Amino acid sequence: MLSRRIIPCLDVRDGQVVKGVRFRDHVVMGEIVDLALRYRDEGADELVFYDITASPEGRSVDRGWVEKVARAIDIPFCVAGGIRSVDEARAVLHAGADKISVNSPALERPALIDELAAAFGVQCVVVGIDSLRDADGEWRVRQYTGDPAKTQALSRRTLDWLVEAQQRGAGEIVLNCMGSDGVRRGYDLEQLSVARALCRVPLVASGGAGEPEHFRDAFLEADVDGALAASVFHSGAIAIPELKRYLRGRDVTVRIA
Amino acid sequence: MDVVLVDAGGTNIGSVRYALQRLGVDAALTSDAAAIRGADKVILPGVGAAGPGMARLRELGLVDVLRSLEQPVLGVCLGMQLLCARSEEGDTECLGLIPAPVRRFTEAPGLRVPHMGWNRLSVQRPHPLLAGLGDDDQAYFVHSYAVPVGDWTLATADYGGAFSAVIAHGNFHGMQFHPERSAAVGARLLKNFLEL
Repeated sequence: MLSRRIIPCLDVRDGQVVKGVRFRDHVVMGEIVDLALRYRDEGADELVFYDITASPEGRSVDRGWVEKVARAIDIPFCVAGGIRSVDEARAVLHAGADKISVNSPALERPALIDELAAAFGVQCVVVGIDSLRDADGEWRVRQYTGDPAKTQALSRRTLDWLVEAQQRGAGEIVLNCMGSDGVRRGYDLEQLSVARALCRVPLVASGGAGEPEHFRDAFLEADVDGALAASVFHSGAIAIPELKRYLRGRDVTVRIA
Repeated sequence: MDVVLVDAGGTNIGSVRYALQRLGVDAALTSDAAAIRGADKVILPGVGAAGPGMARLRELGLVDVLRSLEQPVLGVCLGMQLLCARSEEGDTECLGLIPAPVRRFTEAPGLRVPHMGWNRLSVQRPHPLLAGLGDDDQAYFVHSYAVPVGDWTLATADYGGAFSAVIAHGNFHGMQFHPERSAAVGARLLKNFLEL
């Protein structure tokens, strides 16, 4: 049986891990490699690093720390941040990342997903989607969410983009439900369940984890493959070993490190 | 010990090299036939597709080199699939060193492809490569194609049915998962290979 994955997300800014609330007001959480090793030791199944300012600043991810992380840890990790071309993706993968995740650049130029899948295989290509429900009740995607001043609301419906991204070669989807992000009241089970029904590749929930029950609900009710969280892990509010024991006790298949 | 990593263009070569360094082994990255023939252990990593993977080995003139090896050889992920007979991925003839086919996972409700994540290893046949592997040990997989269970199978994993997670035939071995990304379990299996 495939285990459900617990994925700490590390937002990287100027070479350090930071965390904001509702994508704003970032505070420094610690050094990248130190936190990566801590999570590996605690039993994280995978790590995601978002260079949150790369895309709004129009630059690609800094490869120096990618190689440091690759040397230090022995669990898979994904890198996101302003990857706009096959060459930039190759540099990050060659530095040791297992997967690359594209978000804003894929919205700018959707063919990027096709190109990445053709070059590296779909298993390397994650598409991140930042999604918010609008006043008319539709979920729509947001772009450049790393910088509140540059964040844009697009007319593109989240679910349409989810389907198109898979058709183009996304091997995994990370759905970040911005309405629930950072407030620890639980994942957006309604949106995730609708997305799950349209998602044939692995789906990772993001945004809203506050209690161990929230992870259980995402796995058992929305049937997601992985659950991503940041602040609850960084702050120590939830310890991964206890979280996994809790989940295993509730019939969620997990890896106990 | 002289360990070489065959540079066939896969993107996970760095990760495998770092994993070996953590075990105290500095493996050379090479596509040189003499270096490969002369090594104590040969590892064929690989991420990508079977067709381009075989094309690259042909371009580098390594097909016959790999077929002639008598020392322990380990294929990882796509590298393991390239050691097999034939892959459904692009209907590709592979190296034929392990007489196994490679087939695509069939999507089904609840069965997403690629198979991505940690899955439990189940030992089917005792082998030094699997020394110390426990009942609850899991490894990290990322793949859309898999080798069915057969005479070559040392360990299986379950994803809509059992498939080969670890295979061997003579001096040729394969791991479908990524030992370099499978924490302590992966490190042990790599160490086992180095000690064959």
